[in-house]
Amino acid sequence: MKVSYFPGCTLKNKAKDLDVYARKCAEILGVTLEEIENWQCCGGVFTSKDEVATKLSSLRALRYAQDRSQPLVSVCSACHNVLKQTNYLMQNDQAFANKANLYMTSNESCDPYDGTTAVYHYLELLRDVVGFDKIAEKVTNPLTGRKIAPYYGCLLLRPNSVMQMDDPENPTIFEDFIRALGAEPVVYSMRNECCGGYVTMEDPDFSKSKSNAVVNNAVSFGAECVVTACPLCKYNLDKNTHTIPVVYFTELLAEALGIKEDCDNA
Amino acid sequence: MHNDNRKIADEIILRSGVNPRKCMKCGKCTATCPAFDRMEYHPHQFVYMVETGDIEPLLESKSLYTCLSCFACVDRCPRGVEPAKLVEGVRNAVIRQQGKNHMTADDVPGKLDSDLPQQAIVSAFRKYTK
Amino acid sequence: MQRIGVFVCWCGSNIAGTVDVQAVSDALRNEPGVVFSTNYQYMCSQAGQDIIIQAVKEHNLTGIVVCSCSPRMHEATFRKTAAAAGLNPYMVEIANIREQCSWVHKDMASGTEKAIILGKAAVAKVNLNAPLTPGETPVTKRALVIGGGIAGIQTALDIADAGFPVDIVEKNPTIGGKMAQLDKTFPTLDCAACILTPKMVDVAQNDNIRIFSYSEVEDIKGFVGNFDVKIRKKARFVKEDICTGCGLCTEKCPVRKVPNEFNLGMDNRRAIYIPFAQAVPKVATIDPDACNMLKSGKCGVCSKVCTAGAIDYKQQDEILDEKYGAIVVATGFNPISMDKFDEYAYNQSKDVITSLEFERLTNAAGPTQGKLLRPSDLKHPHTIVFVQCVGSRCASCAEKGKEYCSKICCMYTAKHAMLIRDKYPDTEVYVFYIDVRTPGKNFDEFYRRAVEEYGVKYIKGMVGKVVPEGDKLKVQASDLIAGKQLHIDADLVVLAAAIEPDKSARPLATMLTASMDTNDFFTEAHPKLRPVESPTAGVFLSGACQGPKDIPETVSQASAAAAKVIGLLVKDKLTGNPCVASANEMMCNGCSTCERVCPYGAITYIDKEFRMPDRTVATRRVAQVNPAVCQGCGACTVACMSGAMDLRGFMSSQIIAEVDAICK
Repeated sequence: MKVSYFPGCTLKNKAKDLDVYARKCAEILGVTLEEIENWQCCGGVFTSKDEVATKLSSLRALRYAQDRSQPLVSVCSACHNVLKQTNYLMQNDQAFANKANLYMTSNESCDPYDGTTAVYHYLELLRDVVGFDKIAEKVTNPLTGRKIAPYYGCLLLRPNSVMQMDDPENPTIFEDFIRALGAEPVVYSMRNECCGGYVTMEDPDFSKSKSNAVVNNAVSFGAECVVTACPLCKYNLDKNTHTIPVVYFTELLAEALGIKEDCDNA
Repeated sequence: MHNDNRKIADEIILRSGVNPRKCMKCGKCTATCPAFDRMEYHPHQFVYMVETGDIEPLLESKSLYTCLSCFACVDRCPRGVEPAKLVEGVRNAVIRQQGKNHMTADDVPGKLDSDLPQQAIVSAFRKYTK
Repeated sequence: MQRIGVFVCWCGSNIAGTVDVQAVSDALRNEPGVVFSTNYQYMCSQAGQDIIIQAVKEHNLTGIVVCSCSPRMHEATFRKTAAAAGLNPYMVEIANIREQCSWVHKDMASGTEKAIILGKAAVAKVNLNAPLTPGETPVTKRALVIGGGIAGIQTALDIADAGFPVDIVEKNPTIGGKMAQLDKTFPTLDCAACILTPKMVDVAQNDNIRIFSYSEVEDIKGFVGNFDVKIRKKARFVKEDICTGCGLCTEKCPVRKVPNEFNLGMDNRRAIYIPFAQAVPKVATIDPDACNMLKSGKCGVCSKVCTAGAIDYKQQDEILDEKYGAIVVATGFNPISMDKFDEYAYNQSKDVITSLEFERLTNAAGPTQGKLLRPSDLKHPHTIVFVQCVGSRCASCAEKGKEYCSKICCMYTAKHAMLIRDKYPDTEVYVFYIDVRTPGKNFDEFYRRAVEEYGVKYIKGMVGKVVPEGDKLKVQASDLIAGKQLHIDADLVVLAAAIEPDKSARPLATMLTASMDTNDFFTEAHPKLRPVESPTAGVFLSGACQGPKDIPETVSQASAAAAKVIGLLVKDKLTGNPCVASANEMMCNGCSTCERVCPYGAITYIDKEFRMPDRTVATRRVAQVNPAVCQGCGACTVACMSGAMDLRGFMSSQIIAEVDAICK
């Protein structure tokens, strides 16, 4: 199966790992991530819906996928959040959709975006398209005995009315993923609380206290490692806490599928 | 002056799509807010002050830039008020004015470290400048 | 030709404020058949009715049009007026110029125009009205109460006390309902069991009451005074009439780890069980999902130890056919699931519990024998946080919570907090509230006592997040009056979960053709004036199935419903509704469509002989309506393709005349 892939800025730079592991693992699982040509930065955050310009890069990606009848997949939580929210706006706000489509069609001779692209986070792709049971079958190096704490943060789950990934207060997708890799998920309640986000730039002490609250809670339940899908979460947790390692979920997946070294050497 | 405040509040309501009258003053937004300690005005106060048109203190408050946009208040509000969107609405009312950006490109180098992901810079720019 | 009088009501300013009543009566005076037209301030008053009676006599009226409020409000009133004036009551038509006109228009000109049009339609209909005479049906003098909680118990006792037989159908193995699970009751703090169980015994001993426990209503047919009800008595694999309730089987059963629903899963029961010591009937029941004998045929211990020989592994469900004159719905409530509110960590920690679970934790017959020990480690909690309105007053998302106030939580939370402080003064108790609502006799005084005498810390604000960490529950909350965010390390968190109608209510409402609101509470016939009757005749409402209620209110309503039932059962015959369907046999083609669409089973087909024009005799299949069963809904008249079916009082010709008058 082929999908349109939106890597995003950070995955081309500071979070290259996240990208490389994701691509290699997808191949093994029978999915080809076709990188969107000339994709543009999503903007990092979804802003007020009275702004059209900040939605256009997402809209372009959505339409790229529509033209190919492919789902649109991203790995970064922030990109996924912006793409998904833009898609929701295009589907549910006709006035906005008309306005935004005008921008697009005036420059490019193609049909307006009709709201039909399915937007998946890579985790959803694994759960809903590949299937966690299928992944479990492909695991050659099960992470048996490892106690891993998933960190959802904010962007995967909220706003729930749009994201619809999982129960926003008691999600299980990450835990099920960890189980599929043969490891033991650590369920802890701070897994959907904020790490401090972009405010880390102006107020590093603040994100330190937020990140520590998350990791300390995970450690109190016996976690040996925290996994995340978001480069900014990883940065905040890595920089501010030093008790247990923080890794990308795709790295764990590569490890379990037995291709981590290949990726690291690539 | 009072009329101006009301007008600005009404514009914020219109642009953000948030109806502060839906608030039943339970304080769950403020209870759940991870940025509480860094805020001078808290989420429920944003909602109340926009509702009553007491806008001026909000426009000048640093709280506009400490909201993490984590959306916990939005998802946990029992009345669907969406306080975070209102905070953004007030912030936009400030930074969309000429010369009122909260951050400039010149500020950025001083805030970088070698590991900071691009995402943080882009997000901060979208949040702090127009 | 009819001689019609038109009477336009002002309803004070309710109608006259937006409708020019003089213009309406003037305009309608010129309609065909109208010989008299007037208007008056309150047509429903005695003086107003006298104007009608006087006019009937003076102008020899044969038909009456009253332009007033909804016919639901005063049609019966004006029919009586007509009868008093010597007219057939069905010669009265109401034009609803209040609810359908003055209340929905702001502008006098458009309100008046619409009122005239509605009046013209009513006049056009009366021109075609014919006198109707209602039939009579007998009344089965037995009542059915569905649900055996305190509501059903009180209703049954009151009906039985008046001398009428009554049956209680209870889906659980015992009656008693939610009240049996409560510890103390507000605002007097008497023990729930002490006041409930004597009533349960009264029910068991009352010759007029039969209890069908572990039973469910399967089907309901018929109508007021004559309901036919199928009741499924589920197999409990114990012969009810032989079991003595000695409990030996429940001690010897080797299946020990079945979650005990009576203690909300906080301890275990056996596969054969008696829910609690004072259960009525005090009879054991085998849980077929847990019993080894029933699942695999290997065990039989209970049968061996039962000296009475009451165990019957071969028992089957039994269907009973019973007849009733009246049905009372008393299906009660449940707390909603806390699954969608896991910011409070209900699914993450055993020490986050609901208030109903708390009742069991403080009850002497509960899992901790009444000692306040928290579920995770059975230690005494020293800091307890109560969270009010969890899922109540929640309008953000329908599948999550309920938009309404659950009404009982403020008071039971005050009760819990007070009792803890009374028994364990070393315990700190916080109550987070949005509003404290205590409208009830001695209620606010009770709540104030919790604060002032017992030192319960009431904090205006909500809890935002509960984080289990170590052996603590880290509670993050707002204190809106202090303008602070609080961080409390609690040992136990108690959630006041919203309440919702029992899930059995919705299918039951369908069987009864009784209406419900969007929250699945039963709708009353009138929110103020007929609060214990359903709009479906012969169906009455008792307790929380109609809306959230505490015990005093439930018992009041239960007795009120009983009074209504008694008022019905005391009659020997009921006057029917003459507005029923009838088939024109000459036009009926025997297609059976009407029979299929009739929700009441009122239509049957018979073979009838007809003399044909050539003097031969032909046998044809034609529809026949049982006027005692027909409710006049009109479904058959719409479905009938040959136009043979018509509804008395609402003939197709009358409806078309109304439409013509409106479109003219």
